This record gives sequence, structure tokens and C-alpha cells, in this order.
Amino acid sequence: MAADVEQTDWSALVFRVRDHQDRAAFAALFRHFAPRVKAFLMKSGASEALAEECAQDVMATLWQKARLFDAERASVATWVFTIARNRRIDALRKSRRPEPEDLPWGPEPEPDQAEVFEAQQETERLGVALAQLPLKQRVLIERAYFGDLSHSEIAAETGLPLGTIKSRIRLALDRLRQQMDVKATEK
Amino acid sequence: MTIKHHLSDELLMAYAAAELPEAFNLVIASHLSICDECRARSMAFDALGGAVIEDSTCEMSAGSLEACLSRIEMLPQAVVPERRHSDAVLPAPVLDYVGGGLSSVKWRSLGMGVRQSILRIGDKGASARLLYIPAGAAMPDHGHRGMELTLVLQGAFRDEADRFARGDIEIADSSVEHTPVAEAGEACICLAATQGSLKFNALLPRLAQPFFRI
Ligand SMILES: [Zn+2]
Repeated sequence: MAADVEQTDWSALVFRVRDHQDRAAFAALFRHFAPRVKAFLMKSGASEALAEECAQDVMATLWQKARLFDAERASVATWVFTIARNRRIDALRKSRRPEPEDLPWGPEPEPDQAEVFEAQQETERLGVALAQLPLKQRVLIERAYFGDLSHSEIAAETGLPLGTIKSRIRLALDRLRQQMDVKATEK
Repeated sequence: MTIKHHLSDELLMAYAAAELPEAFNLVIASHLSICDECRARSMAFDALGGAVIEDSTCEMSAGSLEACLSRIEMLPQAVVPERRHSDAVLPAPVLDYVGGGLSSVKWRSLGMGVRQSILRIGDKGASARLLYIPAGAAMPDHGHRGMELTLVLQGAFRDEADRFARGDIEIADSSVEHTPVAEAGEACICLAATQGSLKFNALLPRLAQPFFRI
């Protein structure tokens, strides 16, 4: 059960949607993520009808923006979360949330498989670690993400392995900036 | 450029959860635009959002997938958005709010060469403004009831505790009392977001000022 879910290569399915408009791949993504997005939105205070509609929107956006998915940087779950977050801001009339400047390079058409695997593993390990937290602490983290806590109530000391994710992304950013600098001096 | 003062985990998590007033989101997005360290931390908090989303599920309505697929057929081709870049002083999110670079900022004088430009923010939770402090001048006195985030975009300022240069962020709650002064050499330009309404004390007699926190 859980093991099956962990073994599904979600990014490969997104690539099939991106490259071949593959409906079967999309259906598999939909069956897994749509109910989770819907649950997330309901826990964030949306009615069932609104959450259903927004979950469909989020999945439609996943199809439409498949080529913007950067599998080296984020797992599909993380990417879906960022789309759902934006949809929630509109649906529940939350405060605008400007994004940082775009990184000067885009998703690679042929991403590094090791990096893609690592990004997906990280989210899975994080999920396991989250499930193992004492209930009270886990509820507090989830409530923060459901928008159920004011920012002064948020305690970010999670005891979760966020540092390893940060370090990997940081290294990748450093590497890419160096490559950019080399290219710039070659010109 | 080495940034010394970074965002707190609490702010990064609240930004990931989209639970902050717009003005704070703007300052955070601006810092992330020039600080890879915090950007990587912020992406780790997004990954936690991914784990939270994985954690609970429910039933979709009957025919949901089919409805979604027909919705997709109606969608226009996605236009790949143009990459937003920062300029030498203003980070991309600030450029969006100003509608151009530094020369497009509509400054208002606060006296003594100090200028500010209040940015148009949609919600009332917090206000955001750009501040221009001539080299060697002091920041204007003002009180705020809640948190204030200040991001240095040009030059540097010092207060009793520390020095803040480009990219550095100062997180001050209402209990912080300090008198920041711009360093000699170059004018200091900052982006500041302040919770609650701003109270400028410049026109008040010195006597009244102890009532306000700076
Ligand atoms: Zn930083």
C-alpha cells in the first residue's frame, strides 16, 4: 500500500503529460493528488464544493504548466502544494503573496535523474518524519500550513530534516550560478 | 556581497503557508531574490508543504476527472511567463510594485533630506514603503505597534547593536528601541514593512516621543 505509493515515479508521469499529453498518466496523477488538494483546501476552510472546484483547477494547472515543473528542485507533491497555495489565496481572498525573482535558468528538458530522485525521496522522508512526530507537534505544523495559525503562533522548530533539503538546494544554486558566471565571462 | 542578517524560520514557514500580510510577503520575496541561502531554506519549507499535502486525503465527486479533462480542453495554451529580473538596487518584486526602477519611485520628502515612498498594498494588515536616508542621516522616528521588517537595498545603516548592509534584513518587534543611522559615503535605501498603522513623530515635540516606540 504505502510502499506502492512511494514507488510511483510522479515526475515521470508529469513528463508524460508534458511531452505527450498522456491522459492515462494524468489520470494517475489526478487520482493521487486531486483528493489531497481537496482535503488541504477543506482543512484550510473552503467548503466542499469550493474545494472540489479548486482541486480540479489545480490539476488543470498542473497539465497546463507541466513544462514549468522543475523536477531537480522539487518533488511533484511540493510543486502541487505551491499551485494549491496560490489557488487558495484567490479562492479564500487571502493576502497577495509576491514571488521572488525568477531564477535565471529554467527546468532542464532532460533533468539529472539523480537530482530528480533525490528531490522525490526528500519529500517522502519528510512525510515519514512528519508522521513520526508527537501528535501535538505534527498538528501544529499542519495547522500552520492550513492557515490556521497566526504568524506569531508559528513555531518553526520542527525537528524535521529540513536542513538536508536546504543544503542540497543551496549547493545546486551555487553550482548553477557558477556555471552562469563562466558562461558570462566566455562571451 | 555577504549577507549577515537573514530571515527567521518562523517568517519563512509563514511565507510558505501564505499566512502573512502582503507587505511582509513583499519584503520576504525581495530578500529571497538576493539571498540564495534563504531561498534554499524557503524551498525546504515548500517541501514541508508538499509533505503536509501528501498527508491527508478525501473523496472526489463522481465524474471529477472527466470534468477536469474537459476543463483542460477549454484552457488556452499556457504562455510561458517572462522571467522577472531584479536591477542593481530594486529586487524584482519591488520593481513590480513600483512599476519601474529607482527613477520611477515617487518620493515624498520627510524633511532633512529623508524621503519615503509608500507602496500600494492591497490588505490592511501591514504597510510597505521605500525609504531614502542620506549618508550620515538618521532614520525618521516612528512608532509601530507590531513587527517591522527592514531590508537594506543600497548603502548601509548602523544602530546600537549592529551594521546592516545590502541584503541584510532587520526584524524588529514593537519592543525594539533603536536609532538607526545611515553610514557615511552612500545614501541608504531600504524597503520596510510595518504591522499596523505607522505613526511618524517628526512633527511631534520631542517630549511626546517617549510614548512612541521607534
Ligand atoms: Zn537570507
